[in-house]
Amino acid sequence: MKGGGKVDNVNPLIYRRSGERPVTAREEDDELPDTINDHEIFDLIRSINDPEHPLTLEELNVVEQVRVKVTDAESTVAVEFTPTIPHCSMATLIGLSIKVKLIRSLPERFKVDVHITPGTHASEHTVNKQLADKERVAAALENTHLLEVVNQCLSARS
Amino acid sequence: MCEVLAPGLAVSVLRAVFQEVHVQSLLQLDRHTVYSIIRNFMRTREEELKGLGADFTFGFIQVMDGEKDPRNLLVAFQIVRDLIVQEYTLGPFVEELFEVTSCYFPIDFTPPPNDPHGIQREDLIVGLRSVLASTPLFAEFLLPLLIEKMDSDLQSAKLDSLQTLRACCAVYGQRELKEFLPSLWSSLRREVFQTASEKVEAEGLSALQALSACLSRSVLSSDGEDLLDSFLTSLLQDCRHHLCEPDMKLVWPSAKLLQAAAGASRRAGHQISASVVPLLLEQYNQHPQSSQRRTILEMLLGFLELQQKHGPEEADDNPLLGSKATLCSVVFSAVTDPSVQLQLVGIRTLAVLGALRGLLNPADVELLVDHLTRLILHEEDSKSCEAAMEVAGALAPLYPEAFSGRLVQVLSEELQTAPQEEPLQSQHSRWRRCLQALAAVSTHSGIVRDTVPVLLQCLRRAQKGNVPSGAHSVVSICQSLQRVAVQCQQDPGSGWYFHQAVVPCLLGLAVQAGMQENSSPALGKVLLEEEALTAMVPVISAACTHLSPELAAQSASHVVLLFLDGELAFLPDNSFPRSFQPFQNRQCPALAQRRLVSLLMAFVCSLPRNVPIPQLDRLLHELLALSCSCDCPFTATAAAKCFAGLVNKHPPGSQLDELLEAAVNRLEPDLAEGPHRHQALALLLWVTKALLLRYHPLSARLTDKLLALLGDVALGPAVGDGFSLLMADSPDVLCKSCHADVRLMFRQRFFTESVPRLVKGFHAAAPDAKANYLKGLSHVLSHLPKPVLVTELPTLLSLLLEALSCPDCVVQLSTLRCLQPLLHDAPDVMSLHVDTLVSKFLSLTESPAMVIRIAALQCLHALTHLPPPVLLPYKPQVIRALAKPLDDKKRLVRKEAVAARGEWFLLGSPGR
Repeated sequence: MKGGGKVDNVNPLIYRRSGERPVTAREEDDELPDTINDHEIFDLIRSINDPEHPLTLEELNVVEQVRVKVTDAESTVAVEFTPTIPHCSMATLIGLSIKVKLIRSLPERFKVDVHITPGTHASEHTVNKQLADKERVAAALENTHLLEVVNQCLSARS
Repeated sequence: MCEVLAPGLAVSVLRAVFQEVHVQSLLQLDRHTVYSIIRNFMRTREEELKGLGADFTFGFIQVMDGEKDPRNLLVAFQIVRDLIVQEYTLGPFVEELFEVTSCYFPIDFTPPPNDPHGIQREDLIVGLRSVLASTPLFAEFLLPLLIEKMDSDLQSAKLDSLQTLRACCAVYGQRELKEFLPSLWSSLRREVFQTASEKVEAEGLSALQALSACLSRSVLSSDGEDLLDSFLTSLLQDCRHHLCEPDMKLVWPSAKLLQAAAGASRRAGHQISASVVPLLLEQYNQHPQSSQRRTILEMLLGFLELQQKHGPEEADDNPLLGSKATLCSVVFSAVTDPSVQLQLVGIRTLAVLGALRGLLNPADVELLVDHLTRLILHEEDSKSCEAAMEVAGALAPLYPEAFSGRLVQVLSEELQTAPQEEPLQSQHSRWRRCLQALAAVSTHSGIVRDTVPVLLQCLRRAQKGNVPSGAHSVVSICQSLQRVAVQCQQDPGSGWYFHQAVVPCLLGLAVQAGMQENSSPALGKVLLEEEALTAMVPVISAACTHLSPELAAQSASHVVLLFLDGELAFLPDNSFPRSFQPFQNRQCPALAQRRLVSLLMAFVCSLPRNVPIPQLDRLLHELLALSCSCDCPFTATAAAKCFAGLVNKHPPGSQLDELLEAAVNRLEPDLAEGPHRHQALALLLWVTKALLLRYHPLSARLTDKLLALLGDVALGPAVGDGFSLLMADSPDVLCKSCHADVRLMFRQRFFTESVPRLVKGFHAAAPDAKANYLKGLSHVLSHLPKPVLVTELPTLLSLLLEALSCPDCVVQLSTLRCLQPLLHDAPDVMSLHVDTLVSKFLSLTESPAMVIRIAALQCLHALTHLPPPVLLPYKPQVIRALAKPLDDKKRLVRKEAVAARGEWFLLGSPGR
């Protein structure tokens, strides 16, 4: 994906990265449990790299904390993401990256739902359907080329 | 050989070589010989060779044409460079010479594995670059080549082209560049705008800067146009409009390009600032959102910093002068904005603005100081407040009157009047802020003379109990005093002022407290609390370390006699109810007075080594006695540290030997049994450290004693912990900053001497005592420089692995912290133990202590640095096991688990 190739959106709007979360005294206390909340889930996905730009999904405002819903007690997570432009050809790939990141990072008890923010993409339903289909996600990850791109998105930026 | 060669022969030899030998059909070694012959002749027979004129150049071109071996190329590149630099006649062969070398550009060479010649790609790149960038004559051929290669898909080719361009700019002038400027600019712009690589961006920017510097340097002919001017105009034309879109991606690359060009010279900076600064100011006012304003202000800050870098302008010529009023109002509006992020940038801009010479008039400065004062006193965000203090400290030496008259004035008034209606908590935090600000702004000798009396006044009030929350306030005051002391150290005048003002005052207050304790228990006790005394130590220490020997000696006699003989005369307001005899009296008041030994320690242990201490022998014996016999651990440790600090600086000789003998004799019975075993151990540890640092032979004997004590049932654990004291830097005594005798490699030396015995002791020890040895070992290892650790690792690794199973948390933690860096630095050795490492780390992720779970997960993360083939067999197991900490009850643990598991998933996967 580096170098050559046609980029969909050359000069996108960029947003500021929120910094590392400061550690509170409560979190350092061995005894008190911390529940998994929206902020923690957002921290997981905000640093995912965009497949096209050397920017993170947070900087492109593709993911926002308000679009993350988690219920720790019921073990459910729902994430909405917003492609930068309605015809973004990378939407499925971005969704797949978010989904894979969450599957790898959350306890197995969680049910993960990733979909496009309603009304922000031309082929919203197709993409959502693909992302919700377990077998298609599994099959996509069997594909070496796709896996490579997803892994690049999930690698820590050097 | 060359010396005996008759004149003229060199030329004949070379002619023969050029005419008769077809060099490129020879073997590599023989070709190398030909190059060596030519190079040797160039060294010794320069005049003769130059007589050959352009024939020599042509001859050499034919010799090297088609060369392929990197070893020969390195020599050939050198010869060509010398041809050019030493000004041999190139004649009509400039283009041929360029062709015969530039065909290697960009260098594409990977040394074969196990290459015995050790030639790196980098060597060839540098060699070739020194040829290509050596002369302006090549410019017309080279620049098109560079422009072409910048467009390459290979990042290495891009980087090489950019770096070569930068090198060329050092020798080129306007004439060479003129024709190519538009295409160079468009290539550079493309690289910076579109690249994904920070390296390419950085090289692109520095090439642009070099280009701009080169154009600024050239002398203008009277009729010629100024290329710099037209070049910068085209830059501005292409970049300016992006600066007006603070949300878009290209805003920063554009700003960086302009800043790179502006940073090249004052002239360039002037022209760009004159155009960009007013634009940015206008944009700031047009964009109301704070995030956009922040981006604009950050760019503005960059341009102002460049202005600062180029130094003061001629008064009437400063491009900022015209927009000064708007600039001030923009910056002042930023520092009053509710958004903290914008505020912080505003504060940084304030600092640069204040430091620009000849821009602000006194009224502006007063306004600036008032803004800082407001931020320091009333801003709720602690980051902004801290930043404002820092700026105040940086600007205070430039405008001492303004800061003294305004900020310091306001702060000291604030400290005097504590409003009663506020809750205690906020009252205290406000108080601390004022103290910190006073310290921060004390960066000028005049201001120090205003702030120190205020701080001391606070201390007096603290002693009388008139300030919020007792000992904490004393600690805050002392922290401020210490900061002032450190800032005064570089200026002898301020340093001596500080010493004279602060040391007697602190001692006086403490002595007074020590005497009062009995008569009125509540009053003045604050200063004797451990916390308060510990906070005073660094103040006194910092006030003593940089004194000149004469002044220090004068002060030392006062202080030592105070403690030995109770001479109170030099203390301020000396009306003391009773005598001060910390070492003699065994009654109750002396108990309190003895605690002040820690202040004595701070004083005498920080003096430079050449300062004589009066009655040193008597003092040492008193300290020795006190350290072994005192019931209070605080006092005993202070005395032991003081003793150790003096022993460390004591000149070698029989006196020192006797002293140490006496100390050891005194120690031994107490160490064996009795109520003061722990005190004796503390003394032993400190004296061992003092001797260890200066490589004294007795340290080996004392170390033996410590090792033997590790097996002791009662003292063993304390001795194990004591090893960290031996290895760590201690902040108050026995450190470089207080002039202690510290040898460079003492840690390594201690390591080589003690570790084999620790290992032996571990194997021989009773099961209960094994943990003590492991504790000692892990302390030694964790303080050792990494390179040493890596070489010693193979012998110790088995022990460390055993330490991982030790139930003691301290051992587990320090072992994990010790292993983690090794996983990065010594993957080969660690690979051998991967099986044990994986299983032990995984089992520690279930430890009840959160810190250990975190450390174990970090180690599992670090494991991924080992070669993948070693790890892949464990991948399924680790990924499965790491699912559990993903559901840990603590967020910080989950965070590490996510990071570690993510890396393990990527192992052996494409796209890692």
